Amino acid sequence: MAQRIAVDPITRIEGHLRIEARLDGGKIAEAWSSSTAFRGIETILKGRDPRDAHHFTQRFCGVCTTVHSMASIRAVEDALKIQIPDNARLIRNLIMGIQNVQDHVIHFYHLHALDWVDIVSALKADPAKTAQIAQSISDWPNSSPEYFQQVRDRIAAFAGTGRLGPFQNAYWGHPAYKLPPEVNLIGVAHYLEALEWQKDVIRIHAILGSKNPHPQTFLVGGMAIPVDPDSQNALNADKIALIRKLLRKARAFVEQVYIPDLLAVAPAYLDWAGIGGGTGNYLSYGDFPMDNSPGTGSLFFPRGIIMGKDLANVQPMDEKKISEYVTHSWYSYSKGDNAGLHPYDGETSHKYTGPRPPYEFLDTDGKYSWVKSPRYLDQPMEVGPLARVLVAYGKGVPEVKAAVDFVLGKLGAPASALFSTLGRTAARGVDCLVLAQKNEQWLDQLANNMGRGIYETFNKEKWDPSTWPREAQGFGYHEAPRGALGHWIRIEHGQIANYQAVVPSTWNAGPRDPKGQPGPYEAALVGTPIADPQKPLEILRTIHSFDPCLACAVHVLDGTGTEIVKVRAL
Amino acid sequence: MSSDPILNLAAIPEEILTRVEARGISRRDFIKFCTMTTAALALPVTMVGKVAAAVADARVPVIWVEYQSCSGDSEAFLRANQPTAAELILDLISLEYAEVVMAAAGHQAEAAKKQAMEKYQGKYILVVEGSVPSGADGAYCTIGGESALEGCRKLVKNAAATICVGTCASFGGIPAAAPNPTGALSVMEVVPGAPIVNLPGCPVNAENLTATIVHVLTFGKLPATDGLGRPKFAYGKRIHDNCERRSHFDAGQYAQSFGDPGHRQGHCLYQLGCKGPETFHNCPTIRYNEGTSWPIMSGHGCIGCSEPGFWDTMSPFYRRLPKVPGFGIEDTADKIGIGLAAATAVAFGLHGVASCFRKHDAMEEDKVVKED
Repeated sequence: MAQRIAVDPITRIEGHLRIEARLDGGKIAEAWSSSTAFRGIETILKGRDPRDAHHFTQRFCGVCTTVHSMASIRAVEDALKIQIPDNARLIRNLIMGIQNVQDHVIHFYHLHALDWVDIVSALKADPAKTAQIAQSISDWPNSSPEYFQQVRDRIAAFAGTGRLGPFQNAYWGHPAYKLPPEVNLIGVAHYLEALEWQKDVIRIHAILGSKNPHPQTFLVGGMAIPVDPDSQNALNADKIALIRKLLRKARAFVEQVYIPDLLAVAPAYLDWAGIGGGTGNYLSYGDFPMDNSPGTGSLFFPRGIIMGKDLANVQPMDEKKISEYVTHSWYSYSKGDNAGLHPYDGETSHKYTGPRPPYEFLDTDGKYSWVKSPRYLDQPMEVGPLARVLVAYGKGVPEVKAAVDFVLGKLGAPASALFSTLGRTAARGVDCLVLAQKNEQWLDQLANNMGRGIYETFNKEKWDPSTWPREAQGFGYHEAPRGALGHWIRIEHGQIANYQAVVPSTWNAGPRDPKGQPGPYEAALVGTPIADPQKPLEILRTIHSFDPCLACAVHVLDGTGTEIVKVRAL
Repeated sequence: MSSDPILNLAAIPEEILTRVEARGISRRDFIKFCTMTTAALALPVTMVGKVAAAVADARVPVIWVEYQSCSGDSEAFLRANQPTAAELILDLISLEYAEVVMAAAGHQAEAAKKQAMEKYQGKYILVVEGSVPSGADGAYCTIGGESALEGCRKLVKNAAATICVGTCASFGGIPAAAPNPTGALSVMEVVPGAPIVNLPGCPVNAENLTATIVHVLTFGKLPATDGLGRPKFAYGKRIHDNCERRSHFDAGQYAQSFGDPGHRQGHCLYQLGCKGPETFHNCPTIRYNEGTSWPIMSGHGCIGCSEPGFWDTMSPFYRRLPKVPGFGIEDTADKIGIGLAAATAVAFGLHGVASCFRKHDAMEEDKVVKED
């Protein structure tokens, strides 16, 4: 018998997400993804100084902080044809690199792990046996029986207080949890270790950019952190050494904890390599320029799209083929709500037509989300580490190919296993490993530049708005932890005339389009088995495998702002 | 007596130390935490014992809600160092609800929130992150089908005290920047007169949050605040007055462009738009990420992120303040809060965002005006 369920809020994500699903025969027959919060930051950007935009856009998201600054300054630099110094490229690569590494580890342990790891079961683990398993999968030093005994006792003392705090009311004991108590205990121990690790390694952002979240160092034309080996107020040998130490700490944890854990957990859940596939189309803008040449040829993660899971045929990506729809989103278009608009020509009039809160269910035949539906040549596309890794794998990037083959080999799985919930989670590990190993090279290059007396971090040629053309437009790209991120800006008379961001979670979390094609979340959930409709743990697994970031996704507004008065009148 | 100087520093009764040790907390870490927190609260060292007694087995219930937020303050909380997020969650507070970390989802999550609100009515600390939209009958932000406006009212009214983390919950922040498309409000505006303390900053500095929680635990009341609801221990002084580059300002040594020799040598960032002279926050003394750095230290001016309306009043961020008045270090926000930035705010109110920017398109070339 068909049954309708709603999961709201989806927790352990950034932002406010709601999933509604129709169940039939113990499986999801249809699903709807809705974002339930809206801020309107692009409207706020209208008329402001384009050099300030990155401060505003950075606040799209505090989890994948930095990414919207990166896309924003690149959009302005593209519009004004600004070439950044080589040191700025390297500092940006380092900031992006450690952001991806740290964010993926937080996602795995703190946002995703509890979908697979049962904390309550860990209390039953035998510390000696746990140590034996831990030592068999990794050289990580925290692996003695005493260590695991201590972790288990700490959790037991905590549980003994009867006040479980953030761990109460969860799905512990759910039949979909398959790990033995000992592997669960390893998961809990590393949950706690990762909590310590993440705050330490992200100090790289503080060194290069004052603080994290929301580093304050990006500039249109370069970076604000000065480089000078002869100054204590600039990036000097001391700070390079500290960054190196932290990069190595980051890499060691990824190599010795994250990846071994991923490979230890995955075999218990190999059925999830056949669940949660979704659209089968993937898009990556590519990122991490390896030199300062114009164009996208030097990107370490290449740019491209894959249609219909055809890995052998990675096609070029052309941003002009992107359009956004609002058929099922709480916005209206002047050309009618079934039209598709390119971001440069995007328009947004927000128009809430959903139920008045409090409500039980949304009307999913009509408009039901604050997220728009982006499409590439009218096709829904999945973005994220999986898309990034697949495009690089398809194009034969050696580091990525080696890491993918290593993971698939360990799991005894074919490449087709990647098109799944488990594949998405594994690809994030691959992405993290490759970048953790790559980051130090950029630091070496930066140190090398410094040694040769190259200190420039900022190109001031076009800093003064009087040097700008009357009108300009630009596209800023970035491969954020969660995938392809694009900002489109139009500048007129030195001010922002129009600003659009199409972000990873817009691609992934968007609702149906005018043709009724579901977005990637919606498509991925179809067919997912649900053991207990009251405890839809399986929905969390697939949704979390995308690493949703909803504050990012909901803001998509152009600069016309004509509806503001009407909204205020409500 | 221990050979470890840290252990001897504070007079914490042995009985308390034994108790925390039984819970798996290192005695050294606990003493260090109590001592540092006491210092952060600007209390004499004789108060360490009292702080220790208050936090030893309190585990005060905390409900952490997010409305129009970016989760940056939740992330800042995860970067907390004294104590760490893990120590906080496991040992010091009972985090009943927090969307970013909690295991439960959907109606189980909402049930946990409701249960905590009822069970600990009048006893829990509410932490709010993000502004609250008032437009469209509250439809701009709903959780579990309930509007943020309704949820916030209920939670604030039933809390012992509310801590607003970040500038959005404190003052409306970025969603409330002109033209405020969603009618975003601060928590103070949603529930006027409630016991609320504001910890603005984008994001909040986690060490200030910890110190505020401990203050409440120790004294059973909120810390003394300025007229904007900000604790004096953290927002009592201007950035400019504690700035490590202040001597360069006084000496007239300014960076003229990013990356120029003055900039590389750590000269004052005033000419590059620094808003330190208008901003009250303890960034220069506690810094961020375990004391690693803060904006001015890493070469970028302050953008005034702990001040109300800073997105409108402090921008354009790279335009220098017209002049810096010569008030002394003893002045607080209440006396001089309506300084130069407020004049800009008036301009916004009268002419709107766009026209204000048009006037300032070109970089100003005036010389620095400094009043002594």
